[in-house]
Amino acid sequence: MPYLTINHLEKSFGPTRVVKDFNLSVEKGEFISLLGPSGCGKTTVLRIVAGFEEPSAGSVQIDGRDVTNLRPNQRNIGMVFQAYALFPNLTVAQNVGFGLKIAGVGRAEAAERVTDMLRLIGLPDLGARYPFQLSGGQQQRVALARALAPKPRVLLLDEPLSALDAKIRVSLRQEIRQIQQQLGITTIFVTHDQEEALSMSDRVVVMNGGIAEQIGSPFDIYNRPATPFVAGFVGSHTGFDAEVINPAAGIVAIDGAQLALSQQLTAPKGTIIRLALRPEAARLGRAEGRETILKGRVAQVQFMGSIIRLSTMVGDTALTLDTFNRPDTPPPPVGTEVEISVAARDFIILDAAGNGIAQRQTAEAERLV
Amino acid sequence: MTDQAALNTATVTDVPKARRSVGSVFSWAMFIFGVLYFALPLIGMFEFSLRKRRGTYSFDAYTTVLNDPQFQATFSYSVVMSLVTIALGMALVLPAAIWVRIRLPKMRPVIEFITLLPLVIPVIVIAFGYLRMFNTSSFLPMTGSITGTNILLAFGYATLALPYMYRAIDNGLRTLDVQTLTEAAQILGAGWFTIIFKIMLPNVFTALLSGAFLTFSIVLGEYVFAALLDRPAFGPYMIWTGGNRAYEPAALAVIAFTITWGCMGLIMLAGRLFPHTRAKR
Repeated sequence: MPYLTINHLEKSFGPTRVVKDFNLSVEKGEFISLLGPSGCGKTTVLRIVAGFEEPSAGSVQIDGRDVTNLRPNQRNIGMVFQAYALFPNLTVAQNVGFGLKIAGVGRAEAAERVTDMLRLIGLPDLGARYPFQLSGGQQQRVALARALAPKPRVLLLDEPLSALDAKIRVSLRQEIRQIQQQLGITTIFVTHDQEEALSMSDRVVVMNGGIAEQIGSPFDIYNRPATPFVAGFVGSHTGFDAEVINPAAGIVAIDGAQLALSQQLTAPKGTIIRLALRPEAARLGRAEGRETILKGRVAQVQFMGSIIRLSTMVGDTALTLDTFNRPDTPPPPVGTEVEISVAARDFIILDAAGNGIAQRQTAEAERLV
Repeated sequence: MTDQAALNTATVTDVPKARRSVGSVFSWAMFIFGVLYFALPLIGMFEFSLRKRRGTYSFDAYTTVLNDPQFQATFSYSVVMSLVTIALGMALVLPAAIWVRIRLPKMRPVIEFITLLPLVIPVIVIAFGYLRMFNTSSFLPMTGSITGTNILLAFGYATLALPYMYRAIDNGLRTLDVQTLTEAAQILGAGWFTIIFKIMLPNVFTALLSGAFLTFSIVLGEYVFAALLDRPAFGPYMIWTGGNRAYEPAALAVIAFTITWGCMGLIMLAGRLFPHTRAKR
């Protein structure tokens, strides 16, 4: 039985529906990320779980109990905010012990718990400091300790890393995940950063326009995106229009070159379907196991440290491919004619039924409106 | 460095320096003018207050004022009334300002307008309104008893102090992320009482003190309400003294200024006593 269940959640602000029939079941101890662009409804879902927003319809259950109508202070939930939200007038230790004091925990027990929490976040000696005397990363650690101190049933993280600089963000996300696994606490993490979501979560919910487009493991979300939006939002890809040649055998043609995809297609012969290729799936030059060779011209070279990203023009299609950086092999200069090898199995079919173009055109029209 | 380069460097650095020194002289001139503008009348008043004894400076006027039983009675009355008004104003304004920030942000301009009304509507109008609404033959005859009239006066004072109290508290709240702090406290189990008294109040304490100090000053010098409601307050006493004595009104004014500056000093001292407010300076 799931530990946290969100059933048919709806939320409207005036005439705008920001959450549409959202459903999610979270197992005890699971780390779930709500990933999506700004305005997709992810924070609204989190705030409904916390009790800060009332749903227009639907319910939230925690450990078998319906909490939809409970106030935030009755739900026993911990939350970490993007803006830290430490109480400026209280010291670090007082901040961490705030929830314990409210809960009526004895002074000795609370002091012990505060010490444990400060040790857990790696700041055992900073209990006497005030929030303004801490760095952003330290403040967010304290906020995490404060949320965890009263032993909440669920931990909610509302973009807790967004206000931090890149290096701290990476180290803190590892720490958060480690602490979450150590305590086994059920966690919902809201972010618009796909790298954070993919690296920290047991499962990711990709949201768009108030609906959950796909719920799955980071591996599935990245490698088997269910919709064109997920494919486009999570990671980058090159899109191809392909003509269906033989649906039963999964054979399609891109610019005249035929490919045998690894699955049957439901679209009839002659239909144009949409395929996607991740940058790391294409290789510069010929490579074993990659039977399809495309000819292109280097249009742009982006040196990103360990990876070099090449933008090439294959016919009229801009194909992006990543190669590992090797000091003895400099990247080809812009304008060079190159061969690119790809494997048919690496193509992601965005819509096997051939609705892709129609969907894209509709989305384009909606965006323009 | 070549001569040309040296010349260029000198030109580049000297021009702003010259401009800076002109600006600096102008700033000092304005500062000195400001100090003289405000200080000279005070110095003149203080000097005059010391002239009660012919031919020599003395504190006779101050002794007379401080020993006057009426001064003691009216001053104590006004101090008590100002404390009541401060408590009343805070109880009214702090929750309202927090509520507006969290739940009714669109109502802020309306609330701000309402709090400004006491500056627009003359006090005498409010006082006559009170007398008409709460006189002895009305449905709520508050002017029929001393306690009732005192309560009425405190409400009147709270109305007068509303623009200053609201602005002081609202400015204090502006430095905080009230919404997020409230939510952070709520999710940790806190109710409204804890949020207001343990989180908001300590963080806007300096702002509250400013509001309290302004209220104190207003109540101490207020004349119309106290005179029309016939209460023995300090304002009417000052007016009465001004009409009947020569040197004592100046002494009274100096005393009032000393109290005001004392309050300001206390506010600054209180700001230093709260370590968490250091970050904001």
